[in-house]
Amino acid sequence: MRGDHSEHSFVRTAIGHPAFVTGFVLSALFVALALISFVWTPFDPTRLAISNKLQSPSPQHWLGTDHFGRDMLSMIMVGARVSIAVAFVAVGIGMIIGVPLGLYAAARRGSLIDEIIMRGNDLVFAFPSLLLAIMITAVFGPGAVNAIIAIGIFNIPVFARLARGAALSLWTRDFILAARVAGKGRTRISAEHILPNIANLLIVQGTIQFSLAILAEAALAYVGLGAQPPLPSWGRMLADAQTLISLAPHMALIPGFAIIITVLGLNLMGDGLRDLFDPKLRRGRG
Amino acid sequence: MSALTISNLRVDIRGKTVLHDIDMTLEPGKILGVVGESGSGKSMTALSVMQLLPRGSRWSGEISVAGNDLALMDEPALCQMRGRDVGMIFQEPMTALNPVQNIGDQVAETVRVHNGASRREAMTIAREMLDRVGLPAENFPLDRFPHDLSGGQRQRVVIAQAIALRPKILIADEPTTALDVTTQAQILDLLKQLVRDEDMGLMLITHDLAVVAGLADTIAILKDGEVVEAGATHSVFRGMRHPYTRALFSASAHVPARKRGPEPAKTPVLSVADVVRDYAQPRRNLFAKRPPFRAVDHVGFEIFHGENVGLVGESGCGKSTLARAVLALDPLQGGEIRLNGHVFSSAGDGPHPELRARMQVVFQDPYGSFNPRHRVRRLVTEPFHLVKSSLRGADLERRIDRALTEVGLSSSDADKYIHEFSGGQRQRIAIARALIIEPALIVLDEAVSALDVSIRAQILDLLAGLSDRLDLSYLFISHDLSVVRAITDRVLVMKAGQIVEQGATESIFENPQHPYTRKLVAATPSLEAALAGGRTGHEERINP
Amino acid sequence: MTAYLLRRFISLSLSLVAASLVIFLVMEAVPGDPASFMMGINADPAAVAALREQLGLNEPLPLRYLGWVAGLLQGDFGVSYTYRVPVSELIAERVMISLPLTLYALALSTLIAFPAGILAAARRNSATDLSVMGATQLGVAIPNFWFAMILVLVFAINLRWFSAGGFPGWDAGILAAMKSLTLPAIALALPQASILARVMRSSLIDTLDEDFMRTARAKGLSRSQALRRHALRNALIPVLTIIGLQFSFLLAGGIIIENVFYLPGLGRLVFQAITQRDLIVVRSVVILLVFAVIVVTFLVDLAYAAADPRLRRRR
Repeated sequence: MRGDHSEHSFVRTAIGHPAFVTGFVLSALFVALALISFVWTPFDPTRLAISNKLQSPSPQHWLGTDHFGRDMLSMIMVGARVSIAVAFVAVGIGMIIGVPLGLYAAARRGSLIDEIIMRGNDLVFAFPSLLLAIMITAVFGPGAVNAIIAIGIFNIPVFARLARGAALSLWTRDFILAARVAGKGRTRISAEHILPNIANLLIVQGTIQFSLAILAEAALAYVGLGAQPPLPSWGRMLADAQTLISLAPHMALIPGFAIIITVLGLNLMGDGLRDLFDPKLRRGRG
Repeated sequence: MSALTISNLRVDIRGKTVLHDIDMTLEPGKILGVVGESGSGKSMTALSVMQLLPRGSRWSGEISVAGNDLALMDEPALCQMRGRDVGMIFQEPMTALNPVQNIGDQVAETVRVHNGASRREAMTIAREMLDRVGLPAENFPLDRFPHDLSGGQRQRVVIAQAIALRPKILIADEPTTALDVTTQAQILDLLKQLVRDEDMGLMLITHDLAVVAGLADTIAILKDGEVVEAGATHSVFRGMRHPYTRALFSASAHVPARKRGPEPAKTPVLSVADVVRDYAQPRRNLFAKRPPFRAVDHVGFEIFHGENVGLVGESGCGKSTLARAVLALDPLQGGEIRLNGHVFSSAGDGPHPELRARMQVVFQDPYGSFNPRHRVRRLVTEPFHLVKSSLRGADLERRIDRALTEVGLSSSDADKYIHEFSGGQRQRIAIARALIIEPALIVLDEAVSALDVSIRAQILDLLAGLSDRLDLSYLFISHDLSVVRAITDRVLVMKAGQIVEQGATESIFENPQHPYTRKLVAATPSLEAALAGGRTGHEERINP
Repeated sequence: MTAYLLRRFISLSLSLVAASLVIFLVMEAVPGDPASFMMGINADPAAVAALREQLGLNEPLPLRYLGWVAGLLQGDFGVSYTYRVPVSELIAERVMISLPLTLYALALSTLIAFPAGILAAARRNSATDLSVMGATQLGVAIPNFWFAMILVLVFAINLRWFSAGGFPGWDAGILAAMKSLTLPAIALALPQASILARVMRSSLIDTLDEDFMRTARAKGLSRSQALRRHALRNALIPVLTIIGLQFSFLLAGGIIIENVFYLPGLGRLVFQAITQRDLIVVRSVVILLVFAVIVVTFLVDLAYAAADPRLRRRR
């Protein structure tokens, strides 16, 4: 972030931050599972084997099998892929559209454009995110793509607001005035001075939104509005588990733990990054 | 019995010693001035007396308030001591009051928390105290909230809280630093009067020698957590035995040597004619749009070649708005600004890049003036953006080198980041950034206000030297009249968006014409006047 | 103050108008003909035509929007295609479950979060603080519908303290009804309480660092007196915003939790309507919930004005 010599010390401080390290390891674990699932899973996650159904975890099926005899570990691995992909694209949409809007609104503070952007944001906020997703999937049909759009739309105002708020406080700073005295235009200042100085904030918020998106995707899949069969997803695994919960609690526990660990990991990483990016705390540690 | 005795006080914060062997005494009805630069430990001394030191602090030695040793008191006893025996006033009146509680309740709280008075009794005392500090009932009912009050009025509320129980000691930590000079004079008067009437001991902490010079009976000068010199004010001032005391004095009264004066010519470097700046105000309600606020009201002045012009006025007078308008950072609603005879900006039109390069700026805050992510090399070359034929390679290196050495830094500093520099060094870099493009005029917007006196003196010397060597003109904006007096040739006095008086600096200060200028000059604490006046005042008291 | 509230009222009313327009247009964006979409592929063309007439689909778009809004203003949401009854009746019945559930959860969330957040802030960096923060970190990560399933497993199936789902109706007595809402409310409240506790803690910590807290201590208030009298009310101001936002999360979260507990609330209604393609019902529930969120936003603004005298500038 700050050039070679301090980048080195940044990595060293990061390694000394227990919350960040825990979060990073947990998140990385699921990203790795998702990546491995492209080339290898213990079993075919879609293969039905009714004779094998509802097995508890065993040496052969590490995490047991579901009511159709599918291997839970394989399903969790492919499910991680879906969760992470949906969350990644949804947060990406939010950032790519939201951040420029927020920067633009801040650069033209008080203008009509600023007003329109901010009122539009208020409007999206008036829809509870899940409700918006339900409405979109109700009309356009359930599926991973519509889930991405529904979650992504709600991320736009989150990033637009954050970027605008942070940028506004920077616009009053003397170094921005100095850049204006040096004759730089608003767009150039936004790209050269504002964006790099709010990047930390955006990364931290990004990890938090990422975890929220994973929760939202799971909720949508749970009510049948997410990724459709035969693609396994954590949320639908939980939906399947519901009626069998007294019979085969592992079917509910395992996908639940997968969600919790991933989200916990991302949140810990976000908190850790916030500490690490905070120059006050960094100096205190160093 | 002394109101306050501190002996052998030592304070460590997380293993770092911030105060060593502090000895001080404060008598009832007297004022003890505690003077020092930032980091000297003067606020820590005050917080030790209040026993409100930051977490992780340890103290040793002896502090006794009205004969009671603080080391022997437990936390409930200390709570009883705070507010009843010792009152405290802080630097920042804007944040020192609870924004969601009215002023009556806040003053009454001091009373209620200590002697269990009923709400009604406490409110009666609160009313009395607010009257006492100059906030009469007709304009300042008890149910007003802090946000309705100005900084000076808020500071009065804080004082009312602190004296509500007539404590034996009042500690004032930079009580007027955040205030305008005229307000400062009123608050200092109020404090002096309270000390006399209530027989309180006042510990007045300040960085400004001129403030204590006119006020304090005894004085303690702190440096790096130690008292370097202490005693009766007049004898300390007369003797100046310690080199640091002498250095502090000479820095405070420093006037940089200037070799050349302004050279009057036909075309001024800067000509500001009839400039108007309006701000839109928030609507009062949905139907009535408020008229725009006129922050700069038909202002005109000129700056000539090599001339240093000061712009003074109190906060809210429009001087910063004028500075931004001069720099063409905000659009004008009327008038015209010319640079070397060319139109620099006018209503509805910004400057041409080549012209913009002829005017640069240095801001107040040495910490906020630089993008923390760039190296000094990139920071100082930012203005080259304005010049079409950009410099490259060795030429660019030479320019960076020259700019840095010109401001007293070394060429190797170009590869460092801004956080590696102190406040004073950063202000030098800001000046280097302004210089590098060889402008005709530099606007200095409170450029030395955030610096300690000794650093300030160095920067003023640097500015004076640069002006001589490089033929620079300055527009020097400051609320601090003594600094303006030291460095400028001519001064403009601004009030409520208008320039009420302008003229040669010495004649304005010696013989102000406009009533507002007179008020400003009279309110400014002057070290020399205090030294002269303080001595006679003291002798009067000795031989009535 | 009235100017502030009037401004907020008008701005929120505009949001509501814009929201109704968005909902209307999204529903119009249904691929193909809404009537045949609702009746399925094998529908009788005559029946489709009759439905088109009933839905007013033969009229121009702006007129239909105005007609819909005019109906809404009189409490007329239209007639459900599948149930053949006015949607308002369906909704009125279901709101009596969803709204109490949301408020129950909101109350629980606040009751858990406030003491936890205050305790953690008052003992910053202590073992208490660390354990409260650790618990909330976990609470935030737990999906509420999963937590609901675990609650059912433990308290309904194993311990048999509660029933696993269903709603006896308010006629069965308030206690019985509340008991059946308890597990759903806990499932909804826990993750939100974790968020709220974290916000409360950080807001309070920020306030504790303010200058006026030092002034309070200098007046002779003890640490806890200063916290009670000066910090709490100031810290509450940002927390109010979050409570307002939580209402909307809980309302929407309720839609899912109702499915776990087979509660006949708005959530069940919406999902049945989605599977039956009863778009009129979906549209009505969505606009109702958005309306509720906007009303709550306005209430939060009112609370703001009460808590913060700076907003009451003009008396």
